[in-house]
Amino acid sequence: MQTLWFILVALMLTAYVVLDGFDLGAGALHLFVARNDQERRMLLRAIGPVWDGNEVWLLAAGGTLFYAFPLLYASSFSGFYLPLNMVLWLLVFRAIGIEFRLHLDSRVWRDFFDAVFSLASLLLIVLFGAAFGNVMRGVPLGPDHYFFVSLWTNFLPGPQPGALDWYTVLAAVVCVVALSLHGALYVILKTEGPLNTRLRDLVQWLWPALIVLTIASLIATVFVRRQLLDNYRADPVGWIIPVAVIAALIGIFYFNRARQERNAFLASCLYLIAMLCGAAFALYPALLPASGDPANSITLQNASAGASSLSIGLVWWSIGMAIAVAYFILVYSMFKGKVAASETGH
Amino acid sequence: MNDALFIHRIHFAFTITYHYIFPQLTMGLAPLIVVLKTLALKTRNPDYDTAARFWIKIFGINFVAGVVTGIPMEFQFGTNWSRFSQLTGGVIAQPLAMEGVFSFFLESAFLGLLLFGEKRLGRIGHWWAGFMVFFGTWLSGFFIVVADAWMQHPVAYNRLPDGSFEVASFWGILGNPWGLIQYAHVMTGALTTGAFAMAATGAFYLLSNRSTAYGRIFVRVGVIAGVIATVLQIFPTGDLHGRYMASHQPVATAGMEALFHTQAGAPIVLFGQPNVERQTIDNPLAVNDVLSFLIYGTTAAEVKGLDDFPTDVWPTNVPLLYFAYHVMAGLGTLFVAIMLIAAFLLLRGALFQTQWMLWVLLLAVPFPFIANMAGWFTAEVGRQPWLVYGLVRTANGYSSNVSAANGLFTLLGFMGLYALLSIFYLFLIQRQIDAGPEAQHSETTFGPVTGSA
Repeated sequence: MQTLWFILVALMLTAYVVLDGFDLGAGALHLFVARNDQERRMLLRAIGPVWDGNEVWLLAAGGTLFYAFPLLYASSFSGFYLPLNMVLWLLVFRAIGIEFRLHLDSRVWRDFFDAVFSLASLLLIVLFGAAFGNVMRGVPLGPDHYFFVSLWTNFLPGPQPGALDWYTVLAAVVCVVALSLHGALYVILKTEGPLNTRLRDLVQWLWPALIVLTIASLIATVFVRRQLLDNYRADPVGWIIPVAVIAALIGIFYFNRARQERNAFLASCLYLIAMLCGAAFALYPALLPASGDPANSITLQNASAGASSLSIGLVWWSIGMAIAVAYFILVYSMFKGKVAASETGH
Repeated sequence: MNDALFIHRIHFAFTITYHYIFPQLTMGLAPLIVVLKTLALKTRNPDYDTAARFWIKIFGINFVAGVVTGIPMEFQFGTNWSRFSQLTGGVIAQPLAMEGVFSFFLESAFLGLLLFGEKRLGRIGHWWAGFMVFFGTWLSGFFIVVADAWMQHPVAYNRLPDGSFEVASFWGILGNPWGLIQYAHVMTGALTTGAFAMAATGAFYLLSNRSTAYGRIFVRVGVIAGVIATVLQIFPTGDLHGRYMASHQPVATAGMEALFHTQAGAPIVLFGQPNVERQTIDNPLAVNDVLSFLIYGTTAAEVKGLDDFPTDVWPTNVPLLYFAYHVMAGLGTLFVAIMLIAAFLLLRGALFQTQWMLWVLLLAVPFPFIANMAGWFTAEVGRQPWLVYGLVRTANGYSSNVSAANGLFTLLGFMGLYALLSIFYLFLIQRQIDAGPEAQHSETTFGPVTGSA
């Protein structure tokens, strides 16, 4: 039952990364690749109808994590107090950036909110990437399973690391490149014209960078936390995951070149899913490893809610998820197809 | 009270109080928008469609502000109240997660359709989008109230050996009687805010002698909804809530009235300041026997005062509790009077020409917001010194791993951010009202990006 909830929460977080990932990535690129007001409108229209729903996955996953693994929620949210509060501020900036932008037909107003939206998206990706790095590296958990990390200490992933060290910064850079690529592929899928062409060229630049960074991050991960290979040694079926990563990377390159826009985006989805599965597979049964004494790690066994909560939760969670998926199908099918340039005018 | 605990309490109080400016208007306006859309369908009068579009715009801006200030709340249980979260997550996160799974997905899907799908969906489809958004916002409110109700009146739980809680019964949590009563009271409060906001906007147009056709619609719908909401607010929902509280949290009731001594024929204090040191009320203006009557239905009944309880279970801030309760109850009574007079004038056909009444409706608009917040203050300050009533003390629930300075840092950050948000919000709302409903004659493609139609 606990393992099942581990999978369910991991699924929700994966859905969040894959879905909100593309609108975060598109947001980060927004200021730099969309060159005039019309292109910016086009980019925003591509993600406009769906970004809010995508972000709900974060809230739903957060709530479910709170319910199924109260200790993990309590410890990690308070331990990452400073970076997490910054995430919250950035979520506010990003939402008002995209939603308030077109309320006023003024160049100054629009440019201001374009910058707010784009920079907030970029910084969110950085923080999410660093958070991911922190989970892989481990945090200085005490015997009571609580911790508190500063934003940075000496930038070394030792037993008393900060939220930012060279390893988590590397994770942040991987995340920026991976989600920018992901966002670019989504916008390519939704647009035509110069914006589409420019983004396709950008993908051909981002792709080799992502390959180098993926390899570097995997080596660094093994270097920082050797135990993360244990599950792969114990159960070689896990090696299917790196194979999927490689296949996805090849797919992105090939499909983008062949102008198979949907397949290229799906390949990018596969890349993100495979990377996250790889991490979850490596961590299991730990949820948040300790950088010091492994006995302090937060695991499935010590973090789960009571058995009665977990079995009752399964019923409403399944029903709710089925309905949520139906909404997503409805919304994505209502807004399917490309955003035409003519739709973006006044 | 050590520093960190104090900062974490202020942190939550500030962010939740500011947040609640928006959802009460969201939940109050949503049903009124459905009313306008229904009138449009029934009468085929396009003015109602235009009126609905005007309010949907304002609703949209308000909704965004509610969402962005609401997200931090869901995370703040973990960031600032980690010990509480660890103990109670297996129960209290059920309604919170259900809110995400059942309401937020629904709202996010249908809000876009409501804002920008009018052409694509047609009249009936657009009505449905409005109805679904209304349903989503009220469902959202239900889950939050149920979560709070469990803290006020914990039911349907098992306690595990490590001290944490788990759900014993799904329906027990959702059907908590405290929650059902509180929900009815909170939602009529939200409807009061929505009704006053609509009526005040209409009064503004009538007093400015512009957009008068719409001004009349807004005043009429606002006043009719206002009469219903303000009356229900006091009876039966407020009355039930007060009695239920008196039987389950008698010490909180004593604190609300600053009733320091147990007495028969307890008075209701209309005005005065509690003096905790001398256990009396300064400058009292009191009516004898009324409190006993309100709680027990007879004037002679004995009401327990604070002196019947050990001081370590007294509400930690009796004066604040007393003021919050009196502001809420006083304003609530005033709202009934305002709305009844306005409805009487409306019935006589004189309201739209009665300048002074329109002025009253216009100037009344901030007060429902204050009354709703004061109501929440009453409930939550009255719950102290407990997080989970009788089971978990507030002093044992905060994030002891987060120092006071870090808490202050993010508190100041939120204050600055929310000050900025307030400026944008007021500016955009003012622009909508200034542009007037006429600007919404045809469905415009101009607007936020949430739509490609």
